[in-house]
Amino acid sequence: MIETIAQYPILAALIALVGLGILFGALLGFAAEKFKVEGDPIVEQIDELLPQTQCGQCGFPGCRPYAESIANGDAINKCPPGGQATINAIANLLDVPAPELDAEHGEEAEVRTVAYIREDECIGCTKCIQACPVDAILGAAKLMHTVIADECTGCDLCVEPCPVDCIDMLPVEETIKEWHWPAPPTTADIIASDLRPQL
Amino acid sequence: MKTWVTPGGVHPPENKHQSLTLPIGTLPIPEKLLIPLSQHIGTAAKPCVELGSAVLKGQKIAEAAGPVSVPMHAPTSGTISAIEHRPIAHSSGMLAPCIEITSDGKDQWQAHQGVADYKNASASTLLQAIAEAGIAGMGGAGFPSAVKLNPGRERPIHTLIVNATECEPYITADDSAIRERAAEIIEGIGILSQILGHPDNIMIGIEDNKPEAIEALEPHVQGSGISVRSFPTKYPSGGEKQLIYILTGQEIPSGGLPADIGMVCVNIGTTYAIKRAIVDGEPLISRVTTMTGDACGINRNYETLIGTAVSHMLEHSQFNEERCSRLVMGGPMMGFSLTSAEVPIVKTTNCILAPSYQEIPDDEPAQPCIRCGLCAEACPVSLLPQQLFWYSQAEDYERLEAHNLFDCIECGACSYVCPSNIPLVQYYRHSKGEIQKARAEKVKSDHARQRFEFHQQRMEQAERDKEAKRAARREAAEQAKATAGAANNSAAKATAEGQSGDSAADIIAAAQARAAARKVSPEQQLAKFERSIAGAEMRLQMAEEKLTEADAQQTDEQKNILVAAVEAARQKLEQAKGRLAEHIKEHKGEQVD
Repeated sequence: MIETIAQYPILAALIALVGLGILFGALLGFAAEKFKVEGDPIVEQIDELLPQTQCGQCGFPGCRPYAESIANGDAINKCPPGGQATINAIANLLDVPAPELDAEHGEEAEVRTVAYIREDECIGCTKCIQACPVDAILGAAKLMHTVIADECTGCDLCVEPCPVDCIDMLPVEETIKEWHWPAPPTTADIIASDLRPQL
Repeated sequence: MKTWVTPGGVHPPENKHQSLTLPIGTLPIPEKLLIPLSQHIGTAAKPCVELGSAVLKGQKIAEAAGPVSVPMHAPTSGTISAIEHRPIAHSSGMLAPCIEITSDGKDQWQAHQGVADYKNASASTLLQAIAEAGIAGMGGAGFPSAVKLNPGRERPIHTLIVNATECEPYITADDSAIRERAAEIIEGIGILSQILGHPDNIMIGIEDNKPEAIEALEPHVQGSGISVRSFPTKYPSGGEKQLIYILTGQEIPSGGLPADIGMVCVNIGTTYAIKRAIVDGEPLISRVTTMTGDACGINRNYETLIGTAVSHMLEHSQFNEERCSRLVMGGPMMGFSLTSAEVPIVKTTNCILAPSYQEIPDDEPAQPCIRCGLCAEACPVSLLPQQLFWYSQAEDYERLEAHNLFDCIECGACSYVCPSNIPLVQYYRHSKGEIQKARAEKVKSDHARQRFEFHQQRMEQAERDKEAKRAARREAAEQAKATAGAANNSAAKATAEGQSGDSAADIIAAAQARAAARKVSPEQQLAKFERSIAGAEMRLQMAEEKLTEADAQQTDEQKNILVAAVEAARQKLEQAKGRLAEHIKEHKGEQVD
């Protein structure tokens, strides 16, 4: 064996290298099959960060299509319900600078709102039910409809189709259980004596 | 006896002597009492009285709603004058549902009695009585006691710790209660021990700045297996996890409960309430509350009815509003400023502090952090307060969690030592709130996603169903067309050439083709003839029967009709038979072929 190798050093090296190549190739091929990644995980991750209001303000029919579009290089600042917090989170995930919210797609709401149907005025046309992306509206043809407030994402999509304009987007009132301490006021003053009136 | 030393801690001025000069007093019964429905951790209680109904002292006015909840009881007799949202003692200053009782001044008890033969009663009976008495932890958090004392079979309890530390400055509610009610407290501890299946160790943890209280306890614990452990005074030793470490040297895992390591820690005020509930049958309707601070002329402890307005306490304590810098519920370290003096005392209120401007001046403006590290030295949980502060400012919630923000007990030691007056704890509270909010939103958005996906799936399914139906209809139409087309072709052949363009001729041809298509096979025709013969035979038979029946009584005219009917039936039968014979003759050749 040793003698053969010594006799044909070039050939031995060639065989060894080709052998290694085949071995690692097989290993890689096996690993690629064994640890195959289904779909694009980055889409899942972006979708996790989006607020899931399914409002379509970004121009896509739902949060997931927008997540897919972001994964393909679309701008990350098209989501008004998520606001700056979502933009920052996605920027952090994709390791890109965080832009301001694109005003073209709407403004970040100060308070969360949910839809309420003025039930006396509802004519039971079912148009809002068809518009609701999360099935949060209950009702039947020619019967009064109502919104399940807990399920409403506040996407606004039901307001426009209503022929009698009986849907209001009302702010969600904060309960004592949801309340939490506000951030302490930031004092820009460097030293306390600066607070004294100028002499 | 060995005690352990917790890391960090501070030594603020104790200021406990002011309120200990007088024994526990009582206040005149206020005209109105306001009982918030949520004074504890868990679900708010549900009112079980109606507006205007009369209640007796100790009567249940609100029921526990769910397993982690406690009922509320009327602290005095009177009438229910309101069930509505009112300001309560909460740092938000928000309104919460409350029941208001207008006192009738009689303070008349409802009939009550303790658990019969409680010394031999089962743990579940005792727990039931504790739950019914509305007892929630009186040390501060207000966790329903019956839930805490029932950790389940999988977590056997070997150590019961009674927390008499009372480490916050100014507060002396537990201290004075021990001095005056040691015997009852020990009896309460006995009941707890019985509920927990007589744990191996029962300890009362108390700071060494309460020598009178320790002295009061000593004679009662003799031979009872309860040990009184005193340890050096340091703030915050009274936190549950801190006290357990001081007494046993064991740490509770992050996010865990004492029951996870076989321990239960109960406030000493709660043991007194448990004794009153089990032995005397009195629900939790009053507690010892310290009224102290330089803005009050009288500093002492009061046995205060739950629902008493803070203003009522102040009125009877020579309160000087001008001297008062703020009203604090709780102690100066962990308490919170009240926005109104009309808020009620609740089950967890151990102190009302009305300090002067000299005692607690207004907050100094916060200055930049100088990285002195004093906060890290003071932290009793060995966290890194300044790192948490930076991350909190930067809203970097991931790092905050990685730095164990949720292990912070919000004791305020870091803020106390901070030379830059940074309100550190408020930053942590804010960040904790934000993280919890984000978690809640995450749950909500996951839920919304699920609903959206389901909606999407449902729409697609509906679309698919519709499409399938449409395809089926189309296929049926095509098939019909194909058969019609085939018939058409044969008809076209039959009607020969030349007439193809004529629509009338086409229609006739189509009709003929249809007729041809409808043309039945000889076998079917045979069957049809046979059926008609059978039918005619039956009709004939019936007609004959009728005729024989009628023979006797009917008139001639009627008889004639019947005879004619029989004749007609017979003829029809003959016809049918004839047709059949013809048919058979016709098709005989075919069949033979």
